[in-house]
Amino acid sequence: MRPEQGTMQSRAMAMAALLELLTDQPVIICNGFPSREAYKIADRPTHFYMIGSMGVASAIGLGVALAKPNKQVVIFDGDGNVLMGMGTLATVGALKPKNFIHVVFDNEVYGSTGNQPTISNVVPLEKVAKAAGYVNVERVREREDLVYEFKDMLKKDGPSMLLVKVNEMVEDVGRVMLDPPDITKRFMKAIE
Amino acid sequence: MIESDAFVQALQDIGVDFFTGVPDSILGGIIAELMERRLYTPAVREDEAVAMAAGAYMSGKVPAVLMQNSGLGTSLNALISLNVIYRQPCILIVSWRGYQGKDAPEHLVMGEVMPQLLDTMKIPHRTLSEKAAIDDLKWLAETFMKQRIPVALLITKGVVRGLHP
Ligand SMILES: Cc1ncc(C[n+]2csc(CCOP(=O)(O)OP(=O)(O)O)c2C)c(N)n1
Ligand SMILES: [Mg+2]
Repeated sequence: MRPEQGTMQSRAMAMAALLELLTDQPVIICNGFPSREAYKIADRPTHFYMIGSMGVASAIGLGVALAKPNKQVVIFDGDGNVLMGMGTLATVGALKPKNFIHVVFDNEVYGSTGNQPTISNVVPLEKVAKAAGYVNVERVREREDLVYEFKDMLKKDGPSMLLVKVNEMVEDVGRVMLDPPDITKRFMKAIE
Repeated sequence: MIESDAFVQALQDIGVDFFTGVPDSILGGIIAELMERRLYTPAVREDEAVAMAAGAYMSGKVPAVLMQNSGLGTSLNALISLNVIYRQPCILIVSWRGYQGKDAPEHLVMGEVMPQLLDTMKIPHRTLSEKAAIDDLKWLAETFMKQRIPVALLITKGVVRGLHP
């Protein structure tokens, strides 16, 4: 149990709690296990599952948020992904899209490739986001806080970042069984 | 020389309505015009710009990304693992630094290998010419719609008016 001693929640549990609070919002999910878990927990046409292009989930979400200002856009990201595309925190912070909620599941590892440590144990990503200009940022561990803060962010103007400390546990999940071009078409139709 | 306002207007006329990218001096005039028209969303890296454009495309926009050809290196993974695999088209307006071996040293290698690089990535490309500009843009719009992958328009120095005439 590496991340901040005492963290009990798995990413899948945290994700399931958040998906329960969502309905038809576009959700962009980063590559690796996060996409596979989301697909297993609740597959919705409003989900954009990434299988590659690590680091750019939030940039895709930003494009959607700018083009669809009346839709609240949610990004499910990982610590390794955010570190790789850290410049996008600055772009988001500068452009300040109100309809942008960035959830980072921080397990302090590149979980999808065998739990090699990232550096998010010493680099607080929510503070980086705050310094870059995100309007609301929260760091949570417990399920109750997670649900409370996410509900609050759904009500507030963003951009917001919810950093969720999770453990390294991974669900027993298969691949996303959709063809990428079909994911594109389905997502486009769902958020039309 | 093509005036940058005429070039931007022509892009708008073929339907492009979302512009992002990272500047290059050759593209300076175009970006200034886009900013004046409040059409430009600046990015900090070319892969970010490509991904933002992908999000905009899925939201119903016709996106264009402006970049120096070195930015093709930066955005290669996004172009392949996102645009090509997911069939998400994007118009790339790429300045061709190092064209014909005449440029600063940092541009010479990419300037030479760029056409092969684009061919290898199976990204259709054309070089904008003043004489056939209308044709070039028509080709751009058609290829975008038909193939649903990124398509590149290459711009060499002096074809579109820059910031410093
Ligand atoms: C450009 C690139 N480099 C490396 C990889 C391999 N890779 C896939 S997922 C992943 C880890 C992502 O880490 P994180 O965002 O923390 O998510 P986690 O796996 O921990 O859930 C890596 C390194 C990749 N897909 N693309
Ligand atoms: Mg991780």
